[in-house]
Amino acid sequence: MIVGLEIDGAGTDPAAWRGAEVDPRAILTGELALRAVQRAEAAGIDFVTFVDALEAPDDVPDRVSVRLDALGLAARIAPLTERIGLLPTITVTHTEPFHVQASVATLDHVSGGRGGWVADVSSSAAAAAVIGRREPAPAADTWREARYVVDVSRRLWDSWEDDAIIRDASTGRYVDRERLHYVTFTSPTFSIKGPSIVPRPPQGHPVTAVRVNTPEALEAAADAELVLLPDSSDLPTQLNALVLVSVDARPHLDGVDRLVERIEGLAAAGADGVHLRPASLELDVPVIADELLPRLRERGLVGAADRGGSLRGRLGLGRPANRYAGSER
Amino acid sequence: MTKQIHLAAHFPGVNNTTVWSDPQAGSQIDFSSFRYLAETAERGTFDFFFLAEGLRLREVKGKIHDLDVVGRPESLTVLSALAAVTTHLGLAATVNSTFNEPYELAKRLSTLDHLSGGRAAWNVVTSWDAFTGENFRRGGYLDKADRYVRAQESLRIVRKLWNSWSEDQLVLDQAAGAFAREGAGAFADEGAHFDIRGRFGLPPSPQGRPVIIQAGDSEQGREFAASDADVIFSRHGTFEAGKTFYKDVKSRLSKYGRSEDSLKIMPAVTVVVADTDDEAIDKAAHIREQQVSGPTALVLAELLWGRDLSAYDPDGPLPAEDPVVGSSVTQGRVGYNDPFPIVAEWRAQAEAHGWSLRQTVINQQNRQTFIGSPATVAEAINHHVQEDAADGFVLVPHLTPSGLDDFVDRVVPLLRERGVFRDEYAGTTLRSNLGLQV
Ligand SMILES: Cc1cc2nc3c(=O)[nH]c(=O)nc-3n(C[C@H](O)[C@H](O)[C@H](O)COP(=O)(O)O)c2cc1C
Repeated sequence: MIVGLEIDGAGTDPAAWRGAEVDPRAILTGELALRAVQRAEAAGIDFVTFVDALEAPDDVPDRVSVRLDALGLAARIAPLTERIGLLPTITVTHTEPFHVQASVATLDHVSGGRGGWVADVSSSAAAAAVIGRREPAPAADTWREARYVVDVSRRLWDSWEDDAIIRDASTGRYVDRERLHYVTFTSPTFSIKGPSIVPRPPQGHPVTAVRVNTPEALEAAADAELVLLPDSSDLPTQLNALVLVSVDARPHLDGVDRLVERIEGLAAAGADGVHLRPASLELDVPVIADELLPRLRERGLVGAADRGGSLRGRLGLGRPANRYAGSER
Repeated sequence: MTKQIHLAAHFPGVNNTTVWSDPQAGSQIDFSSFRYLAETAERGTFDFFFLAEGLRLREVKGKIHDLDVVGRPESLTVLSALAAVTTHLGLAATVNSTFNEPYELAKRLSTLDHLSGGRAAWNVVTSWDAFTGENFRRGGYLDKADRYVRAQESLRIVRKLWNSWSEDQLVLDQAAGAFAREGAGAFADEGAHFDIRGRFGLPPSPQGRPVIIQAGDSEQGREFAASDADVIFSRHGTFEAGKTFYKDVKSRLSKYGRSEDSLKIMPAVTVVVADTDDEAIDKAAHIREQQVSGPTALVLAELLWGRDLSAYDPDGPLPAEDPVVGSSVTQGRVGYNDPFPIVAEWRAQAEAHGWSLRQTVINQQNRQTFIGSPATVAEAINHHVQEDAADGFVLVPHLTPSGLDDFVDRVVPLLRERGVFRDEYAGTTLRSNLGLQV
């Protein structure tokens, strides 16, 4: 089983930030997230996701109403971790696709091949209003566009062949431009010439995840390498992706038995893994790390804690061939 | 009064200044290179580390330019990672205001500021051209005249978002269950380019708001800097040009109710240090040879002439034709508004010295700013600053990532001895180290 962990403020419980063990300032400095990710890494958890949206969290005075940009937070954590995958949520509805792909590629570079992203959309009026002069689009439209963004991102990651940088002193050429490719991509809502400004990421393609929280998102999951399903759902069989189920986890209150049972159930049902959503990062992640993971390991459900290598390697995904390799520009 | 010098480290860029063919030249992409140079700069108690940006690969005669470094990672993501491995060094990202939305810029930059404990800076650049626009939904529709209208409006809105929380709105009272006051971060703005409203999800960072850098050189660019910037990154590194620029920009400040020390002028400069002045002169000449190969000399001449010069021999004489203004032979880099006097000067110098095209480019274009022994360089840098040709410098090394080692190890101690550069960081934020008000 693949095990992922969700980072969301002080935890998914809206009151988690109030606990005596929490320094609420550490939400803004990133320290709270960093500590959780380091604990998760030491326990052998495969990857973390970072919750985000374009718009700010709701203005509810007794909740964590601030949120760091997930990509920045993931990058801040990258040099202080070694093995765990880092997947910030990135919304693509209003952001330039060219920037999205460049920053995900960069996360892969700064993490030494542990980068990925949870591709998400913004269909709310609040998200449209912070950009302005745009109407919120229906979910089906935003997800259709998101599929184009995923597609063009992968093309742009391929727009540099792995060996494009040649540093050939004899001819004075730094790159072989025959190994750089225009993507000349056109979708109904945008077009991009390319190539990317960032050389091909270490993993070739950083891992693309989609969280299926609406029926429209399920369609886009067809393009993902990692699909995060809500807890209640039946497991779709037709997906050509790793299928993980998101499970709320409160082991500091409930103990780990129920979680072990649930995860065994998911394994039996054919899920590829579990995506744990801890109620409190400070209280639940230590229990997940110290008790849950060892129990899963005893049962042979998860691998050794100290596995290194790229995130794709860890998830059993191959390194994708470059679609342009050997082709004319 | 003796002025204190400000210093910044520029990660080697995609101009021919960066020598990639030297055996010592490391990766332009690996995070280890960024980390090495940032750690060197922090060891030297520099004010900040600087990353440039280009949103489309450069082209010459319709083909991707392949003679210089090509490709780099995205700035804000690299700097967020560097925030983890540095503690005092400022982290400056060049980010374009045409192809980004102010809300997103405000959020990403404020995140970097929080994650670094108040060390973020934004170098606001304004490329607007259709060539770059082909990589964006937005396209290259902006008129040249409009680039600063949008930049200025973007910056005004970004600042508004950074100021959208008042100090007492972040409560963090765990017992009472009050995280923030209701209404914190609410904003609305309407202008020529934007019409936005909502809530900004980040309170001010320890430095209040990120530092603003500006690198435009036109009349509009200078006014923009005088009204809005904390630092100018200029190209006027020589003494006389530096003094003229310094006086020009500083004299514009009073009109905006600003004091002269509220805007720091930091030209981009290159430095060559060796044991003696003579050795440094030889070393500098060798570096220039590395920077300007025959093919590179032709490309640089094409940028100036605005013509295809591939029929010329770089080891032969200068082209006989007149330059063309506004040509698109070279795409993705700033051309010359008035090439004629420069071409005339090149011709005169080539004739006087019997230089080939390549020798002319090497001698006319790539001369390093400060060349000499550590004492000579320290003296010259201090002289420029005390005589108001600059408030400090952005050092552009020619080697990645070790190009500032000599400067930090040999020149910085002399500046410290003279009492014109800090021994250690006085403040924890970039704004305080630059001596800027919050
Ligand atoms: C020293 C210096 C460095 C610059 N670096 C960049 C850069 O990295 N990326 C970029 O897009 N523009 C860069 N520029 C361009 C300017 O910031 C500016 O946007 C452009 O020159 C147009 O403005 P202007 O007409 O006022 O000069 C640089 C300019 C100067 C003087």
